[in-house]
Amino acid sequence: MIKSVLHRLCSLSGVSGCEDEVGEYIVSELKGVAEVKIDNLGNIIAFKKGKQRSLRKVLFSAHMDEVGLIITKINDDGYLRFSTIGGIDTRVLISARVKVGKNKVNGIIGIKAVHLLSKEEKTTVPKLSSLYIDIGAKNKDDALKYINEGDIAEFDSDFVEFGDNYIKSKAIDDRFGCLALIELCKKELLYDTYFAFTVSEEIGLRGAFACAYEIKPEIVVVVEATTAVDLADIKGENKVCSLNCGAVIPFMDKQTIYDKKLFKFATELANEKQIKWQTKTKIAGGNDAGAFQRSLAGIRVLSVCVPCRYLHTPSCVINFYDCEHTEKLLFELIQKLGGESNV
Amino acid sequence: MFNTLEKLINIPSPSGFEENIAEFIKMEISPFVDKVYIDILGNVIARKTGMGAKIMLTAHMDEIGLISTFADEQGFIRFSTLGCPDLKSFVSNKVSFLNGVNGILGYEKKCELKDFSFEKCFIDIGVCNKEEALALVPIGTAAVINSSIIMQNNKIISKGLDDKIGVFILIEVIKKIAGSPNDLSFVFTVQEELGLRGAKTASFEIEADYAINVDVTSTRDISTDNKMAVNLGKGVAIKIKDKGIICHKKMTTTLIETAKSGEIPYQLEVLEQGSTDIGTVHISKSGVICGGISIPARYIHSQNEMVDTDDVNNAIKLLIFLLEKGIIFLS
Repeated sequence: MIKSVLHRLCSLSGVSGCEDEVGEYIVSELKGVAEVKIDNLGNIIAFKKGKQRSLRKVLFSAHMDEVGLIITKINDDGYLRFSTIGGIDTRVLISARVKVGKNKVNGIIGIKAVHLLSKEEKTTVPKLSSLYIDIGAKNKDDALKYINEGDIAEFDSDFVEFGDNYIKSKAIDDRFGCLALIELCKKELLYDTYFAFTVSEEIGLRGAFACAYEIKPEIVVVVEATTAVDLADIKGENKVCSLNCGAVIPFMDKQTIYDKKLFKFATELANEKQIKWQTKTKIAGGNDAGAFQRSLAGIRVLSVCVPCRYLHTPSCVINFYDCEHTEKLLFELIQKLGGESNV
Repeated sequence: MFNTLEKLINIPSPSGFEENIAEFIKMEISPFVDKVYIDILGNVIARKTGMGAKIMLTAHMDEIGLISTFADEQGFIRFSTLGCPDLKSFVSNKVSFLNGVNGILGYEKKCELKDFSFEKCFIDIGVCNKEEALALVPIGTAAVINSSIIMQNNKIISKGLDDKIGVFILIEVIKKIAGSPNDLSFVFTVQEELGLRGAKTASFEIEADYAINVDVTSTRDISTDNKMAVNLGKGVAIKIKDKGIICHKKMTTTLIETAKSGEIPYQLEVLEQGSTDIGTVHISKSGVICGGISIPARYIHSQNEMVDTDDVNNAIKLLIFLLEKGIIFLS
């Protein structure tokens, strides 16, 4: 995995519905590598010719969008009211730094100082509706010089390497997937393969539905970052999956029971190639596979994920080695799924 | 007459793990249909071809279940649910994993109904440690509650009647129907309990003009909530509405008129909570004219669901009467 490309991808803005920056970058990366088109919703669909024709239409998919905020109202005093786009825990918004609008104006989500809190306020999480973004505007007219109602805000968070090959950034969910697909697409492939970079996954798998009908694939492999809860004091099954334990191949999540033959194929392939893998120990989360599986007369789906702590916060954390194992497995899969008769 | 139903119930089919029951249904109906096959998601699709408009009849093969997600150091298995079982009713009962291993659904401390929590449940398969547990029950192994069928006073009491009673009814219709002017597709769907998943893709496979679903519905007779009119044993229920659909007036009217002219006892169903496969079928492609017939059932999603055999027979009669006559709606 090329960290600098992940760094670049994570620093782009791509809150659901506004994935243009990410899309443009991906298109530039795939220039001369694959046939690329952009559909009506903004999904990027790439077709890469392999050495041989594929036995079946195989699609590798990752989503471009990230969770974020949208400005719903500018108060007369210049503070911005907002709503969330995608699932964000209100607790992680407090004191977060954000960039607002096209000009990426700096903003801070502030709350009252601790000295001024009532007893009740000290023990409860503030309501989303009570939070605001402070962009340092004097009043509404001043704020309007920089931003507008309806503007998007994204997390302002540096890409940082720390510890033993850990990486922290916003939007690793799912820029890791985008990176993995770009890297696969640049390799010499045995079989013809489709790649999709979808929009609006975080607000209901919306792009993936359109992709399914456009491409009509027989097999889809969804590449994702999935929640790892291997945190202090969390034990047993509640960890769901853990960093440093390799690629995650889920058998089921809230959206999907994955195709059993594909799950078996992927796990056996991982074992054979000595690629570290784990599965999820709780039925939680969901991804574009849910949309793909239930499109048309049904599509077979598999998911291969990198475990990621603090998903949907400004500081997603992944481990480089897990990425390496995940990418290795994806490469083995892409060289087989198109040609193996017994999949 | 209910031999086939008993066989269906004895084949475990938790959502997502319907392979065995699918094979059984395929074998059972293949002499009576023109074509039968299993699609990508695992739905069984049977065709009785005809010249008229295409009717799709659906019932779901899956039943609620459990799936293992983890084994702790003592060898206790933690699990997630497949669909929404009434877990309180499962505590202290036997569960059977699909690979044949049996266990007890245990609870961390004496279970007070008011603070019952799924997080405190586990499955005890009588082993001493994690390794033994995982060797017998690998992560991702599905299970169903272990309960036998009781027939008594015109009642059938069993797990899985939701919706094996619907599957049974469609099989009986397939076997007994003399013929139909319509083009019939019978679909036995997967993963209804997880969000009507199989029915969604089957709709695109069949592209029906009309569809009728057979599933169970709640009854009012065991509750103090008098908002629902349906009672056990008072006739087959014709669906007006549930959370997922307002049935098409043409279809509802046709079902009611057919019941009247055949002197088949029926009741009208307005279900406030819950939906069935038909909810997704009617909004597939450019829309499908849909209706539903329901079997009143007590204790749904527990290990002892109860239906009345008269209601079941009336449902079979209604469907056969309707399909033999044929459906044609002029636009």
